Amino acid sequence: MSMPFYVAPEQMMKDRADYARKGIARGRALVALRYSEGVAIVAENASETLRKVSEIYDRIAFAGVGKYNEFDQLRVAGVRAADLKGFQYSRDDVDARSLANSYAQMLGNIFTHEMKPMEVEILVAEVGHDPAGDQMFHILYDGTVVDERDYAAIGGDAEAIRSRLAEGWSEGLDLAAAVQLGLSVLAGDDREISPGDLEVAELSRGNGRRCFQRVDAATVLA
Amino acid sequence: MPFFEPSDDPGSNFPELLRRLGLADPVSSTASGDASSTLSVPHATTCVALRYDGGVVMAGDRRATSGNIISHRTMEKVVPADRHSGVAIAGAAGAAMEMVRLFQLQLEHYEKVEGSSLSLEGKANQLSMMVRGNLQQAMMGMVVVPIFAGYDRRREIGRLWDFDATGGRYEEKDFVATGSGSLHAGTVIKVGFRTALSRDEALDLALRSLWEAADADSATGGPDLRRGIFPVVASIDADGWTQLDDDELADRYTRIIDGLADAAPPEPATADSGGDAS
Repeated sequence: MSMPFYVAPEQMMKDRADYARKGIARGRALVALRYSEGVAIVAENASETLRKVSEIYDRIAFAGVGKYNEFDQLRVAGVRAADLKGFQYSRDDVDARSLANSYAQMLGNIFTHEMKPMEVEILVAEVGHDPAGDQMFHILYDGTVVDERDYAAIGGDAEAIRSRLAEGWSEGLDLAAAVQLGLSVLAGDDREISPGDLEVAELSRGNGRRCFQRVDAATVLA
Repeated sequence: MPFFEPSDDPGSNFPELLRRLGLADPVSSTASGDASSTLSVPHATTCVALRYDGGVVMAGDRRATSGNIISHRTMEKVVPADRHSGVAIAGAAGAAMEMVRLFQLQLEHYEKVEGSSLSLEGKANQLSMMVRGNLQQAMMGMVVVPIFAGYDRRREIGRLWDFDATGGRYEEKDFVATGSGSLHAGTVIKVGFRTALSRDEALDLALRSLWEAADADSATGGPDLRRGIFPVVASIDADGWTQLDDDELADRYTRIIDGLADAAPPEPATADSGGDAS
């Protein structure tokens, strides 16, 4: 009779986390930062069609890094959850916090119970009716949720990008300054990114009911 | 959070998602018993839509009636479906409003899931399916007959459709009217219509048609100057949905009323309404 090898739970979790981290580290990073009108999300993404940043609901945006098919699955699940909640209750009842919690539950579940964890990190951002209400939630592959106040960086090399953001960010940036800052922190000191390789979107308080809008980086930086 | 296997995925269809999750789709759910045949529920009435050079105009009065009681004076039967289309409804108000809500949500849901919006014809088809889903209730008197109109961004023209209770979808070339006052309103537009109207002329013609419908049909509300209630009138063109505000409507109606005062006292129905919709 064959006996399965014993693997300590600590080891198993560590292996899975390493696996997920490796997958995520390969991808390009993105940042989200508060600016005067709301939240700007700046991603390094050479593709014009496969989006990393998208709209979830009136005031909520989603951004993901890592494996495209996996975070896109999460994006669609988020759109469904938000639209269902808005339909059953009211549009005002849909908020980023509960959405982030649902994502965390799902990612946590997949991390412990499925064959392989999802190789993704996601960000859920909500623009408030005033600047104090802006929120960002950073959700990791294992379901860990971190709430961020002013800025967030996810994806490969996120730690370094975060520290560059900490230096450069200040309250009350306008959109152009925010995108410029996003571009420079993503590039770092020894790399150039052309505006054409950026995917930029804003959640702006001034956009009416649906705050989400894609922004052409080249135009806003010109 | 709803999560599906790839083979079982409802895609970008929101009503299907509701069904899949066991949240009965309120439009197609069947009412039990036949109490509704005697039930006096609010009915919404006259709406019109017509094409002009570069877009469409939609207009609807604000009245809902239950039998011969006026149940609402401020109902909005003409609503934007999304940025470039609108829907106007006549029929059982409750079912119609719920259908519109689901329709608006479906268009937005599709746009978010797919990353691009449906074609105008695709939207008309969606609405047709929803009307067909309501057939069982229509048989019991809860008929919903919408008008769908919008600006087709691929063809760069305004287009409009009307529907019957079985979901039949008919594209109209020039104009369409629905609801209890549709005969009167439709006739006014028919007489005053010509190809390539300007937006301004089309707005006036729509207002005039509702005026005449309200004059001859008890279930259609006219402009209520005392309460400041005016029909909902909007135009849809390349720039999207633009709804007229009350001040502009008051101005336009004042002009129409002044024009009527100059003319001979109006005969009922279609008499001299003619093409001089000023």
